[in-house]
Amino acid sequence: MKAVLPVVGLVAIIGLWWLATIVFGIDSFLVPSPADVVASFVELPGYLLEQTLVTLWEAVFGFVVSIVVGVPIALLIVGSTIMERMFYPLLVALNAVPKVAIAPIVVVWFGFGISSKVLLVVLVCVFPIVISTASGMKSTPDELTELFRSLDASRGQEFFKLRLRHALPQIFVGLKVSISLAVIGAVISEFVGARAGLGYVINTSGASADTSLAFAAMTLLAIISVGLFYGLSYVEKKVLPYA
Amino acid sequence: MITVGQLSHSFGAVDALAGIDLEVGEYEFVAVIGRSGCGKSTLLRLIAGLLAPSEGRVFVAGSEVTKPRRDVSVMFQRPALLPWRSVLANVLLPIEIFGLGDHRDRAHELLALVGLEGFEKRLPHELSGGMQQRVALCRSLIQSPKVMLMDEPFSALDAITRAELSEELQRVQLELPRTVVFVTHSIDEAVLLADRIVVLSPRPGRIHKIVEVGLPRPRALGQPELDDVSRELRGLL
Repeated sequence: MKAVLPVVGLVAIIGLWWLATIVFGIDSFLVPSPADVVASFVELPGYLLEQTLVTLWEAVFGFVVSIVVGVPIALLIVGSTIMERMFYPLLVALNAVPKVAIAPIVVVWFGFGISSKVLLVVLVCVFPIVISTASGMKSTPDELTELFRSLDASRGQEFFKLRLRHALPQIFVGLKVSISLAVIGAVISEFVGARAGLGYVINTSGASADTSLAFAAMTLLAIISVGLFYGLSYVEKKVLPYA
Repeated sequence: MITVGQLSHSFGAVDALAGIDLEVGEYEFVAVIGRSGCGKSTLLRLIAGLLAPSEGRVFVAGSEVTKPRRDVSVMFQRPALLPWRSVLANVLLPIEIFGLGDHRDRAHELLALVGLEGFEKRLPHELSGGMQQRVALCRSLIQSPKVMLMDEPFSALDAITRAELSEELQRVQLELPRTVVFVTHSIDEAVLLADRIVVLSPRPGRIHKIVEVGLPRPRALGQPELDDVSRELRGLL
């Protein structure tokens, strides 16, 4: 039942889009109708699914690396004021640099293969994960840290049994922001230099003026993003039943 | 069991406690009472080793308190349960932190003692405030502490639950006697539970008077014999 309203919304928007292309007689070269988009997909289903998997893999791989890198960075920042003072401003500065500007350099360094894609995804994703983890750990209620103090708990126990666990709901907020950014990061990187992936498909279809193919690729991107986001929400509900 | 000698504490320029001397015997239940801001919580935190005194010393079981210790348990105003852990896992937290062996049977016994059988697998948010504080009491007891420190443990509860829990604490204390220092601003609670009541006067906190409650146990809230002590305390506060 919960799925009904989103489907109604989706169908309504697609209907309006279709209606607009017919009523205003828009050239399919400018805005293809939903039927044109579906036709493009049906022409090359195997190829498009392959490219979808490439982008999906880049995004997920980069996302996982971001967690593996981001959480320890957050631990260091929360654990040591010196570390925080030294590296936090750098991290903010790194995040402020538009990733589109870094992408060409990353491709120069790491080539057209998957490593340049993963690196760019990490650059996009890691910041929200670090911030949400660090702020979640810092927001542990005083009564709980005091309890751990009164039990003479070690710093490691306080970090892993209390602070990190307490931060989980906030970490998930960061992860949900990051997972959508991961797909964007992968596409940007494919735009700049790649031989595969949906970003590469969109880029080349632009060159050959195949707008409906570009739309088909974008639809697949949207499906990936939505799927990843809700997949993560599902994991969150399983892990955090009390939140 | 506890010896407090010439204990003073200041927060910056504010003197919270000045020249406190106190002896608490083994299995004695001492209540500390006073208006808010008289330094009663500070006194408790100094005994717990959560604060370092500006002057004076605290001894528990013959050794000086320099930091929080395993033979001293602390119960706070709020239950301070970890929301992601079941009732049982919350009770077992001190055992886990201390790295001790399996205490599950002991935890079940303690939960049964406070009437929480069958709630072992529940999460804290499924429990009422009074039940949560009972879990916190079990968590305190599982340490088998030489000294239990309680910082207004019932003050966040409604009046009915509060009365219920103080009578329950009396029952637990009769079954598993401990040395207890119990900070409260409720005269009724102090008179019901304590062997001696330390009355603090504020700014800076000093011992105004120590009142002996020589009444036999178990006592009951509203028992007429408690009234005389309550009246005396009211006059002192």
